[in-house]
Amino acid sequence: MNDLRELYQEVILDHSRNPRHFREMPEANRHADGHNPLCGDRVTVYLHLAGDVIEDVSFKGAGCSISTASASMMADALRGKSVDEVRALFDRFHDLVTSDPSHAADQLDASSELGKLAVFSGVCEFPMRVKCASLPWHTMKAALEGAARASTE
Amino acid sequence: MSAQPDSIRTPEALDVAAVRREFPLLQTTVHGKPLVYLDSAASAQKPQVVIDAERDVYERYYSNIHRGVHQLSVLATDAYERARARVQRFLGAREAREILFVRGATEAINLVAQTYGRRNVGAGDEVLITGLEHHSNIVPWQMLCEEKGATLKVAPIDDAGVVDMAAFEGLLGPRTRIVSVSHVSNALGTINPVERMTERAHAAGAVIVIDGAQAAPHLAIDVERIGCDFYAFSGHKVYGPSGVGALYGRAALLEAMPPWQGGGDMISSVTFEKSTWAELPHKFEAGTPNVAGTIALAVAIEWLEGLGLEAVAAHEDELLAYGTELLSAIPGLRLVGTAPDKAGVLSFVLDGVHPHDIGTILDYEGVAIRTGHHCAQPVMDRYGIPATARASLACFNTREDLDALARGIGKVQEMFK
Repeated sequence: MNDLRELYQEVILDHSRNPRHFREMPEANRHADGHNPLCGDRVTVYLHLAGDVIEDVSFKGAGCSISTASASMMADALRGKSVDEVRALFDRFHDLVTSDPSHAADQLDASSELGKLAVFSGVCEFPMRVKCASLPWHTMKAALEGAARASTE
Repeated sequence: MSAQPDSIRTPEALDVAAVRREFPLLQTTVHGKPLVYLDSAASAQKPQVVIDAERDVYERYYSNIHRGVHQLSVLATDAYERARARVQRFLGAREAREILFVRGATEAINLVAQTYGRRNVGAGDEVLITGLEHHSNIVPWQMLCEEKGATLKVAPIDDAGVVDMAAFEGLLGPRTRIVSVSHVSNALGTINPVERMTERAHAAGAVIVIDGAQAAPHLAIDVERIGCDFYAFSGHKVYGPSGVGALYGRAALLEAMPPWQGGGDMISSVTFEKSTWAELPHKFEAGTPNVAGTIALAVAIEWLEGLGLEAVAAHEDELLAYGTELLSAIPGLRLVGTAPDKAGVLSFVLDGVHPHDIGTILDYEGVAIRTGHHCAQPVMDRYGIPATARASLACFNTREDLDALARGIGKVQEMFK
């Protein structure tokens, strides 16, 4: 179960059981719906942008523990960040979960800014679950860019 | 293997240990654990004899078919047409020309929709399916209905996953042109009363298409007894290669239908002004088919029939009963699809755990199941769930496989408690 514990770290399990920022946001000025047609996971990400800064983030939806925890921790991480910072974080998170597992440690070193999000480093060992972790991020990016929809396909 | 009391009704019980030895993949490990393969409803593993058959074609007599005068083409054509005769007997069809080789059940249904359907369905007409269908028995009809201005009607299912026959009959009307139903539901395992459905469809003046993809590995099929007009199945679910399957069609209907794809092998003559069509079944088989795969499909069917279809069904029914009892006893687990008449499928959800997480953790125990919507999103919607975990049974499964599944579910619950 060692490898499995790398995927299902306690922090991830905790966020999946008790997701933070799990609510609709009527005052949101950006939102997008994300869908993974392969597994049916759905997430809606709400953003409240004040100028260049993300003042608030929330999400709703139904998904597996990885996508729920990813959305929850993403929302934690994005609050108060500028759009540029968010874009940079998106790229680093994307690199982390899609990296070649044999180079995962390098990614982790290079991504110290990821902070708590580094717990998702185990995901790259599970190719079938990468999209679970990245769906909320793609959806957030779509919301940021004014697209209504994001899909993992 | 000693005969078990509940297998007395079959002449010879299945020797599962011997069957298992025939599957190279069942001898392998996954994440260091012996593979427990419970995903045959997605695709079955292949016995050595099928793997060998395909290689044998390429090593000994491969050639294109229905074309050359040389020796190899004669041998390959002969083996290909013997495969057709084998499928004919497997389905209980009257004539070999009623068997069309296609890529699989999906292509078979699309063929009917695009040929029979386009010719016979018009504006205001209706196509009737059930709430149990796989996307491959929904989308081709939606496409047809959209093109023709026809309406797709859906007979609902009850909480157990059984088609409401009163509603089914109520939805049949003077405008119903085509009824298309699964023989066995892939998501829930429900066996549909296809003989009765056929009788009612015919009484309403409609033709009936039966999607047998999930039935062919589990039930003895007899299209003449059912009385259906079309019957589709996929090779890969009956232990044969992927990418080959067959469509049975009543000869009179097939003869009246326009061809589907144009090309070589499906013509009688071609000039730039006009072409005429070949006789059945070639009219529907344009292009070079999967020659070796089709021959290997016949070997798979022969192998399955050699085990004894009744013995296989009895074995799988016993496993289904055992698995149902085993899983029902797990707190927090709910079986989805509890029809009294079922084959080969245990679909379930666990409190507080998404099916994908179940699938990943079971995989680490060497247990392969399918998780997701099973290409049957409307079935999931019916139960208000995004997905299920589905364990499906084959002739090579054992009680030990189901015990491993139950132990794995215990680990899932441990992780997510």
